[in-house]
This record gives sequence, C-alpha cells and structure tokens, in this order.
Amino acid sequence: MSRPELQAPPEIYYGDTEAKKYTQNTRNQQIQADMTYRALELLALPPDQPAYILDIGCGSGLSGEILDEEGYIWAGVDIAPSMLEIALEREVEGDLFLQDIGQGFGFRPGSFDAAISISVIQWLLNAETSHPTSSPPHRLQRFFTTLHSALRNPSRAVLQFYPSSDDQIQLITTIAQKAGFGGGIVVDYPNSKKAKKVFLCLFVGGGGAQQMPQGLEGEEEDDSKARFERRREREKAKAKHGKRKNIKDRDWILKKKELYRKRGKEGVPKDSKYTGRKRKAVF
Amino acid sequence: MVRLITHNLLACHAKDCNTNNFPLAFKDAQLEIREAEFNPEFLKGFLPKIEWTALVDTARQLGDTSLPLEQPEMLDDEFLKNLHHVLLEIHVEEGSMTCPNCGHVYPISNGIPNMLLAEHEIG
Ligand SMILES: C[S@@+](CC[C@H](N)C(=O)[O-])C[C@H]1O[C@@H](n2cnc3c(N)ncnc32)[C@H](O)[C@@H]1O
Ligand SMILES: [Zn+2]
Repeated sequence: MSRPELQAPPEIYYGDTEAKKYTQNTRNQQIQADMTYRALELLALPPDQPAYILDIGCGSGLSGEILDEEGYIWAGVDIAPSMLEIALEREVEGDLFLQDIGQGFGFRPGSFDAAISISVIQWLLNAETSHPTSSPPHRLQRFFTTLHSALRNPSRAVLQFYPSSDDQIQLITTIAQKAGFGGGIVVDYPNSKKAKKVFLCLFVGGGGAQQMPQGLEGEEEDDSKARFERRREREKAKAKHGKRKNIKDRDWILKKKELYRKRGKEGVPKDSKYTGRKRKAVF
Repeated sequence: MVRLITHNLLACHAKDCNTNNFPLAFKDAQLEIREAEFNPEFLKGFLPKIEWTALVDTARQLGDTSLPLEQPEMLDDEFLKNLHHVLLEIHVEEGSMTCPNCGHVYPISNGIPNMLLAEHEIG
C-alpha cells in the first residue's frame, strides 16, 4: 500500500471507518503515545509548570490524551470531522477546532507556550484537500508563519513527521526558517529501519541560546514499551473508578443552568431528558 | 468545547483581515458548564496573555458577571475561582462566532468551531 497521504485528501482518508480503526489499533496507540512522550521531552518545558499547548493535527486525541494526563491545558486542530468526532467521544479535555492548517492560524501573537504535531505535516506536502487550497509551498509558508506568531517568545514547537525524501526535509526546514524559526531536524534511531523517527524541532526566540537536542542512538529502548504499559494500567484503573472528573452529573448541570437563568442569561438550553447526557457529534 | 480561554486568543484569519478582527462575536450561543480542575498556578501564568476587556465583555454576553471591569492587582482566591470558571468551565456548544471586521461567520457545532475558509478568503 502506498502512503496514506498519497491515497486521498486527509478528511476523506480519515473517514468514519479509518478513524475508528486508527484509534482502536493498540499497536498504533503505542506508537503515537511513544512519539508524543518523545515530543514532550524535546519540548523541554520547565518541569511542573503549567502550560497551554497547541496540538496540530490532533486527530482523535491519542496525543491529546497524554497532554491531559501530563496536566497540560491544550487546544487541538484537525481537518477530519470523523477524527474529531472520536476525540469528542473519548472526552479529551482540549478545545477542538475543525481547521486546515495549510490555511494558517488566527491565534493572537504569543498565545501558546508550545506546540506539538504527531504524524501530520507530511500531509501538507502530498495531498490536496477537498477544501479550497493552494500549492504545497504556499500552504507550508502560511502554516509556519502563522504558527510562529501564535507561539510565545521564547518557546518551541516539535513536529514529528514522515518525510519521503531528503528534498522534502529540505523544503520544510527552509520554509520554517524563512518564517522565523530556529532549530532543525532531530532523528531518533537513524540506523534502524523500523524505529527511525524524524522530529522537526523548532525554536522561537531565545537569541540562539536554545540548545539543539540530540537524537537517540542504537536500538529502540524497551523503556518506552514499559511506559506505555504503565499508562494502560492507569487507564484501566481510571475506567474502574467510573466517570472522569470533568463529566458532570445531571444535577450539577441543572444547578448551573438555574444560576445562569437567574443572572439573566438568554438562551440557556431547556432542561430535558438529554441534559447531562453524553453527546454524539454530527457534522 | 470552545471555552473562553481559547476564544480570548482567537482572531479572524481570513485574507487581509488584520485589524479590528478580535474578539469574534458569539451568536445564539448554547452553553454547557463542565467542572474543571482548579489550577491557580496556571491561571496566574495565563493572566498576561488575556485581553481583559474582551474577556469581561464576552463573559457578560454569556451571562457571567463575576469578573471586574478592571483586572485586579490582588489575585485573591475568589477572583481566581471566578476567572477559572469563566476561562475553563463555560463551554459554547452550539451557535457561531462572527468577525467584527470582515463579517466571516465561523459556525460552532457540537462544541467544535468550523474554521475553514472559502477560496477567496485564503491568505
Ligand atoms: C496520523 S494522524 C495523527 C493524529 C494524532 N496527532 C495522533 O497522534 O494520533 C494524522 C492527522 O493529520 C490530520 N491532517 C492532515 N492534513 C491536515 C491539514 N491540512 N489540516 C489539519 N489536519 C490535517 C488528519 O486529519 C489526521 O487526523
Ligand atoms: Zn475577518
């Protein structure tokens, strides 16, 4: 099979069926989780300090769930409605946007403390979307310029992606630099066909004081596997304890609505038997 | 799940729409309130990023009058709790956001704003 980004536009490729398959596949969950942890490591945010993070191409929330667990507040954008719908079902805590990153962002300057993107930006090189679009270099330029401005100074963005040639890496890094970013490419396990991973590690500001991180060498560590297993145990434990904390029970919502009505707010939804129920997304 | 924390950072990104393009105006907003973990450190770190007037105005439009017109210098617990509620617990589930400059309407469905632009709006 050829690479996904050569087969169809992203919002078509990640339709209902593929989005479900992608999200439920445990092997895939592990790979995406590993890369998210590694991206966080490369971000090198100050420990124990809260941060507001942008997840670019957040999909069904596999990367966002880790941001939740690590205690970060985040917003995610993705072009595929079916992926976002699953993210809603999985009750991730980030704010979600239906957005084509090739059209650029509208976030005010300095909005985010960091950005991550896991397995996404190769899509900007290869496929058109079914929405209005422009050439890949133009889309990349729009993406990097508006991302640069949305990030705080100093900060970092770490974008793992799957380039299909050195030319592609060259094109991406050149456009990122033109947009004002410092930094460059970090390759983990460069000699392993299976474990090799490419991270674009971008810096905003810092006056050149930001140190380029080193790629990992040798064979993939078992370490990451252990980390993933621990996480699944935690998930299971959480599931056992019932509802997650942010899901409000009906009484609580009714009480809040009452309060809003008292404050004179119009358009507070009427209470119904659906109040406080989990919603299903429809686009 | 548009919360005011994100709304307060969001300007219109249509082509050549660079001034007076913030804040986007909510219309027909349907709200859901969901409790979130109170994190005063996060709030203090986030305060400098906030456009205060836009936040207070938007919160009032949505029926929450708990925030003072002027950002207080003393960050007491009551203020931080109100700020926490406004930024992180009010979710706009349905409705739309309109750009005050170019008039582009970003519809919100199931808590997800559609930020896609039309061909002539791409920068
Ligand atoms: C392999 S998935 C990764 C999802 C998530 N980051 C994870 O780790 O599971 C790639 C995602 O990129 C999104 N994507 C592709 N092109 C995009 C674009 N132009 N704008 C926004 N999202 C895009 C797809 O919709 C898909 O959800
Ligand atoms: Zn506008």
